Amino acid sequence: MAKDALKLGFVPLCDSAPLIIARERGFFAEQGVPVELSREPSWSNIRDKLAFGLLDAAQMLATMPLVAGLGLGNVQAAFVVPMGLSCGGAAITLSAAMLDRMGGGFRARDLAPALAGLERKPTFAMVFPFSPHEYDLRWGLAEGGLDPDTEGRLVVVPPPQMVSRLAAGDIDGYCVGDPWNSLAHQLGLGRIVATAADIRPGRIGKVVAVRRDWADDNPELLDALLRALLAACSWIDRPENRPEVAAILARPDYLNVPAAAVRAGLEAIRFYGDMPNRPDPAQALWYIEQMTRWRHLAGQAERSAVAATIYRSDLWRRVAGTANLPIK
Amino acid sequence: MSLRVIVIDGEPDRAAALTEALRVQGYTVVGRFAPGDDLRRHVVDLNADIIVVDVDSPDRDVLESMRDVSLEQGRPVVMFAQDGNAETIRAAIASGVAAYVVDGLRPERVKPVLDVAVARFAQFRALRSELDKARASLAERKLIERAKGIVMRRRGCDEESAYRMMRRMAMDQKARLADIANRIIDADELLG
Repeated sequence: MAKDALKLGFVPLCDSAPLIIARERGFFAEQGVPVELSREPSWSNIRDKLAFGLLDAAQMLATMPLVAGLGLGNVQAAFVVPMGLSCGGAAITLSAAMLDRMGGGFRARDLAPALAGLERKPTFAMVFPFSPHEYDLRWGLAEGGLDPDTEGRLVVVPPPQMVSRLAAGDIDGYCVGDPWNSLAHQLGLGRIVATAADIRPGRIGKVVAVRRDWADDNPELLDALLRALLAACSWIDRPENRPEVAAILARPDYLNVPAAAVRAGLEAIRFYGDMPNRPDPAQALWYIEQMTRWRHLAGQAERSAVAATIYRSDLWRRVAGTANLPIK
Repeated sequence: MSLRVIVIDGEPDRAAALTEALRVQGYTVVGRFAPGDDLRRHVVDLNADIIVVDVDSPDRDVLESMRDVSLEQGRPVVMFAQDGNAETIRAAIASGVAAYVVDGLRPERVKPVLDVAVARFAQFRALRSELDKARASLAERKLIERAKGIVMRRRGCDEESAYRMMRRMAMDQKARLADIANRIIDADELLG
């Protein structure tokens, strides 16, 4: 085993729970893996620090390793996904003003007429380019009869700024993970109109990513890391443990928000099971299809090959098999 | 033509120092912003070639999407991370600096700007750690003075012998003088 502590990056969100709990409840220690957690303020940091070797492993949006591998975004890098971390938790919120225009209730087909009277292009925020949130938003707008590329504008807003930008009227809605949806609702500024479970049921939202060469060079370390994370996921999903999970995540060095908000945010998230833990290439392929649908990605060739090179269920199976964990 | 640079940094002193250093090197700093300002608009309006950003700023993710926004202006903005300078990028990110550039800008034109930023960030960090040290030692000196006063009052001795007693205690217990001072102050508060 390595002498130096492994550096693991996370973005403070409800679904970073597996990394935080594995550390706080001693699952890493149990596996003999010394770990140092690094809280990162942006997904860009996570990607760059992992790509350039300043992190050994990181929590990522499910699409990020694909985007880096396909060369769609700013940095091309060979990441692999040996395990999924969570599903659910994201949702689309529309501003109260927008809902008023739609007559109070939400029906997708009322969206386009409600947006037609705006003085500026209807603007919707997401957390990162090519994120699951972006594809959720695009799906929602398309359902509402709006072409997100020509009739609307998608912008990136850091999650903590979402609610204030909605209040200022800069944006008409957004797609983000909790607590930022519940918060807008509680303040009467907006309402959740669709959750990730409505849009993409059974889809992985966050994953663990490592560099491919690191995975090749450190098989035992990777297995130990995955065993610790799987144990944490299982522990988190036991209902009796949720209050403690919320209390730990709420701490100033982690999410730094009230435990009640974390607890509410955790409700819609699943951490343990064949889904979301097995990094099924079919999951990757589904996201690649969204990229193709929205013309972010041209060409059809080699899509399944790419999916299977990045989403490595073989790496997961190596651990899930020996650890007596759910396997399909 | 001199390159146009935007600096995005939440530390006003560091941002000012970096701006000055870039000016001295002949660059035009067209804007200096704290995170959270309306970045998108500034980047488009100011027509910059390079954006230097503190990696601790959440606005990095906003800059990632400038690729699309700035396309409207025909000047896509991309992260400075071309092949062949991985070590430069790694060192920059490790020292807290990232850069976004107008696509097509040659790496050899970007690197000097990045070098100036990395140097300023390193200098700032060194300065701050020295400042922290100075502040800590000042605080310790105050503690020791206070403890000395307590010993003088309780023992009825002069300053020099009070100091000697504390020193001896520190040596015997293999503790730092400031820790001994802390204990004396605590005990004094407890005993009244």
